[in-house]
Amino acid sequence: MNGTSAVEVSRFALRRRALSRSFRGGLKGGEYTWALAFVVPYVAVFLAFVAYPVVYGLWMGSDASLYRELFADPIYQSSVVNTALYLALGVNVKMFLALLLSGFFMRPGWWMKVLLLIFVLPWAVPQISTFISIHWMLNGEWGFLNNVLYKLFHVEGPHWLNDRWTALGAVIVSHIWKWTPFWTLILLAGRMAIPLEIRDTARVDGATGLRGFVHITFPLLANLYLICTLLSTIFLLGDFNAVTFVSGGGPANQTHVLATLGIRDAFEIANPRLGVAAVMSALPMVIPLVIILMRKLRTAEVQV
Amino acid sequence: MSTITVGARLEASRAESRAYSQARRRRYLSGLGTAVLSAAIVVWSLGPIYNMVLISLEPEGDVFTDHIWPRIPSFESFWGVLTQGHWYLEHFWHQFGNSFFIGMMVTFFALLFGSLTSFAIGRMRIRHGWLVSNAALLTYVIPASFLSIPFYRIMQNYGLANNPWSVIAALVAFATPYAIFVFQEYGRSIPIEVDESARIDGASPPQVYLRIYLPLMAPALVAVGTYALLLAWNEYLYQFLLLSSKSSMTVPVALAQFLSSDQSPWNYMMATAIIYAAPPVAIYYAFRRRMAAGLTMGGVKG
Repeated sequence: MNGTSAVEVSRFALRRRALSRSFRGGLKGGEYTWALAFVVPYVAVFLAFVAYPVVYGLWMGSDASLYRELFADPIYQSSVVNTALYLALGVNVKMFLALLLSGFFMRPGWWMKVLLLIFVLPWAVPQISTFISIHWMLNGEWGFLNNVLYKLFHVEGPHWLNDRWTALGAVIVSHIWKWTPFWTLILLAGRMAIPLEIRDTARVDGATGLRGFVHITFPLLANLYLICTLLSTIFLLGDFNAVTFVSGGGPANQTHVLATLGIRDAFEIANPRLGVAAVMSALPMVIPLVIILMRKLRTAEVQV
Repeated sequence: MSTITVGARLEASRAESRAYSQARRRRYLSGLGTAVLSAAIVVWSLGPIYNMVLISLEPEGDVFTDHIWPRIPSFESFWGVLTQGHWYLEHFWHQFGNSFFIGMMVTFFALLFGSLTSFAIGRMRIRHGWLVSNAALLTYVIPASFLSIPFYRIMQNYGLANNPWSVIAALVAFATPYAIFVFQEYGRSIPIEVDESARIDGASPPQVYLRIYLPLMAPALVAVGTYALLLAWNEYLYQFLLLSSKSSMTVPVALAQFLSSDQSPWNYMMATAIIYAAPPVAIYYAFRRRMAAGLTMGGVKG
């Protein structure tokens, strides 16, 4: 949009506020029917494919004895630890890297534009392709990573996926590799949205470098950063692909997280109720997150 | 007298050149830092992708080697995938078609339902529209994988297993909320007077929707359409659970099946992975700017 139309829009916006008052409940009979007809398809999809499965799932996992069985399962116990580590490291390292890199990509020059195009490639390539590639890359005998380590440094790399902690580390690093570009783009847009005058004024007043970041940039980005962190927490909690394809939950089911354990219990062990219970045991964490996020996203005035 | 001024001038010029060289050193260091960081980013970002290309270029049977660059590049495995030349790849183009069909349907319905809903809520201001917005928001923040088990059971009960429409239903349900946010957000930049004057001229709501709302929303439609298409193309879990027969399977499910076999033909797998990744990467780079705008609008602001 160009300058004149922006002015027009703001003028319209002022008038719109006056108009919307006269509109309230102002749909005429026929129009109301149309509006209803427009909403019905989505509401039907929501009820049939979201609300119904939610209720069905709650019903499937409503038996208390399921949780006794679940909590006694050593695989479940290690999955809870894995999920906590995956959340703590995956979300925070990724978001912090994204915050730093978004500042780096603010630099001018054609090289930065080219670099950004390369940088978003991990995110643009489908998950299955890249995670399968990483899985083979970490093969102890023939994997690319160990080949490189041997050729360049004459180091015999370990069998990455045969040990619980290196396998879990591989999953976390894969997640960070895959999703840092996405959040960097979002934070980059957030930084771009900070008016140039603020940045210039701050620079004139001597707020450059770290000081500019601490006193000017970060306070303006803080809300966006918080929302991104919360959203990414919930996305990560539901992440199935990284674990399934990088470590496969192995070795010996030691690197499952709740999302993959639920699918394993439901389909490999053929106990769907136990699978639902595994997933539902994350609800004490999911529900507060959902409530906070819904409030934040509804009222957010994040200027992006 | 003159010696003093000369000395002072010398002193000043020396300080100046010191400051100058300091600034130059700082610029040099910052340039060096940028170069090092850039190199690290390139290696980091391209590592697994390079590995994919490297293995796909290996001649068959030569996957178990220790070299780190393609010694004798061979396009045999790509040719094998394109001509369905390996027994694992018998149905490759059929599966590619399945993925494409699901992607198109999800895009179409997410755009249709999303635009209709946002028109009714944002433009016609239907009463209790906020309830629908909240339902959409709730869907957006529930992890889709958490609903997969009950969803699978429900589809089994309806006899919709191995039916692509069960996957389309799930993906439309998860893609439409995002469409509703982006459309409502974008719609705010279009003055309501446009609709108003059309109504005064006697246009019915469907006419306003078709003739005015949709054309003005074109950029947002492109952004959301790209998002929905990529979502459906890249999705794995629901397709894996709901489509298990060879004829209904999509590319990611077939690719994952490779992995679970004992003798994975890695060069074919990586060639398949690259061919499968090509369309979304091309679409992403083509619509990158539009998508970025949509992402920041709907992905964060809601």
